[in-house]
Amino acid sequence: MTSKESTSLTSEQLLDAYRSMKTIREFEERVNVEFTNGNIPGFVHLYTGQEAVAVGACIHLNDQDYISSTHRGHGHCIAKGCDVHGMMLEIMAKQGGLCAGKGGSMHIADMDKGMLGANAIVGGGPPITVGAAMTCKAKGQQQVSLCFTGDGGSNQGTTFEAMNLAVVLKLPVIFVFENNGYGEGTHASYAVGSPDIASRSEAFGMPAEKVDGTDFLAVEQAMKRAIDRARNGEGPSTIECDVVRFHGHFVGDAQLYRGENEIQDVRRKKDCLANFRRDLSNDIQQDEFEKIDSDVSDLIEGAVSNAMDAPPPLDSELETDVYVSYQ
Amino acid sequence: MPTTTIREAINQTLFQEMSRDENVIVMGEDVAGGAGAEGIDDAYGGVFGVTKGLMPEFGRERVIDTPISESAFVGAAAGAAMTGLRPVVDLMFVDFLGVCFDQLYNQAAKFRYMFGGKAKTPMVLRAMIGGGLRGAAQHSQTLHNMVTMVPGLKVVMPSNAYDAKGLLAQAVRDDDPVVYLEHKCLYDDACEVPDDEFLIDFGEANFTREGDDVTVVALSAAVKTANAVADQLASKGVSVEVVDPRTTSPLDEEAILESVENTGRLVIIDEAPPRCSVARDIAAIVADKGFSDLRAPIKTVTCPHTPVPFAPNLEDLYLPSEARLAAAINEVLEQSK
Repeated sequence: MTSKESTSLTSEQLLDAYRSMKTIREFEERVNVEFTNGNIPGFVHLYTGQEAVAVGACIHLNDQDYISSTHRGHGHCIAKGCDVHGMMLEIMAKQGGLCAGKGGSMHIADMDKGMLGANAIVGGGPPITVGAAMTCKAKGQQQVSLCFTGDGGSNQGTTFEAMNLAVVLKLPVIFVFENNGYGEGTHASYAVGSPDIASRSEAFGMPAEKVDGTDFLAVEQAMKRAIDRARNGEGPSTIECDVVRFHGHFVGDAQLYRGENEIQDVRRKKDCLANFRRDLSNDIQQDEFEKIDSDVSDLIEGAVSNAMDAPPPLDSELETDVYVSYQ
Repeated sequence: MPTTTIREAINQTLFQEMSRDENVIVMGEDVAGGAGAEGIDDAYGGVFGVTKGLMPEFGRERVIDTPISESAFVGAAAGAAMTGLRPVVDLMFVDFLGVCFDQLYNQAAKFRYMFGGKAKTPMVLRAMIGGGLRGAAQHSQTLHNMVTMVPGLKVVMPSNAYDAKGLLAQAVRDDDPVVYLEHKCLYDDACEVPDDEFLIDFGEANFTREGDDVTVVALSAAVKTANAVADQLASKGVSVEVVDPRTTSPLDEEAILESVENTGRLVIIDEAPPRCSVARDIAAIVADKGFSDLRAPIKTVTCPHTPVPFAPNLEDLYLPSEARLAAAINEVLEQSK
């Protein structure tokens, strides 16, 4: 447990953080229901349980900073400020979706918010993030570029190469490894050969920290240190966050590979939202939390009913936007 | 005879090949599943359950769950193949070819030639292709065009469970690298399949419908579409011959040319964008070698030159449909000399 005294965040920022985490939680739980009801096509991967990481990182970023994400990207989108209505429209394959219904759950992006895309290729994001950091460095305006990937992504060659390149070019990158214990149905204790991921990053020549990813204040402080270093031109860093995945790899995953009481145990002991409310109970009034909970509930309900009523993309959209121009 | 699904046919063939030859190994992400976790082993058996049961039978030494490291495990399969094992690698979605393509097309495909015929690389790369599950741009492609153009690779695209079994057994026993592409919407399609081992040679087309008016060349899931259209048009007095080449490399040019010699008309249906494609390749072969037999222009029914869209209505438009194939057949009939 980390105390409020240790954070530089204001009470207002802490309430914003709670709102963002709660929005992710409610969004994901509703997506789970709507997918099961047949209202969402394709594959969805839920971020529930990892909210403190996305929000703990993005609370120190602004719209001019960049992030890249993964197949489990809804939380990163919300934390970076993507419109929840636009996200739900996208996930339900409707007109007005953030990607016009062409991308779906695994490809949500919003260039105006510096959100460079969820990504259906494990390890697809790190090199892109390094490229965005080149832009940041070239512009010289103290922007930074942050890459979310996981224990699975930590084993990809693209990730290794991206880390080395970021060090070589001394770029303002933060590599965030959300170690939720599983790459699909294979445990990180089997698939990640080194004792941890942070030590790999150190071997590439950058500072690396490990934090409890279910402790929001611990996460945001580690992120602040790494982001400040990047903004000050001191190069890349890694933050490895130990987190838990409340759901399966995808919605519908029977999760036979998990231990008997594992899921209920992690939900009981490692719930970053419950821990946030507990840790800050002396600083934030219960009714303030409850007001946010109510607002979020209305927001998600509105996003779902709006998306359910929206029409699908026009058939004429099939062949648009392949290129900017093509003559 | 009871029917067998494509999923079961592939699973059964892997069992038989692993039992027959101890050098055959299976590797990939979650081919068993549950490695290092507290729950049950073999929790996945591949994400679509195709390799279920192999690990309990043959053990983790021969059914190897890998980290998410496609370059490493595809390249490792090439290296293992070159030195005596016969790996069957599961890439999962073919879209992940992008992550590891060098190991396949610069390494595995070229060893034989570069090393003056002194090396062989008997590996099989299994991968899922195809749209229809709303998997969007990075989980729905059919990249047979990209692998068919690589000299040194053989490319297999079964359209039914019988072919899936005979072609996979041949792929495992073949001494060259084989890319074996499984359409993810066909796994539950069933037909009669003998329990005993049998082989189907590569480069031998199958005629799934015989006819005299129009030749339709179709691959993988598109064979189903072509058969359905052939049956519909038969009731209207149009006789459609459906040719399933089954392998795009080698390609049974002779069967296609013979069919066109008889019908004088050719339509090719292929679930992929049209540019630099197998569909256009077959059209070019027939234009080159069978031009005098043609009574109408060759038509292709393909996807548009776009990534695969997510929205169901757009994806349905994207995929070659029975309606578009029927329209193309009518068009060549109308345009005939």
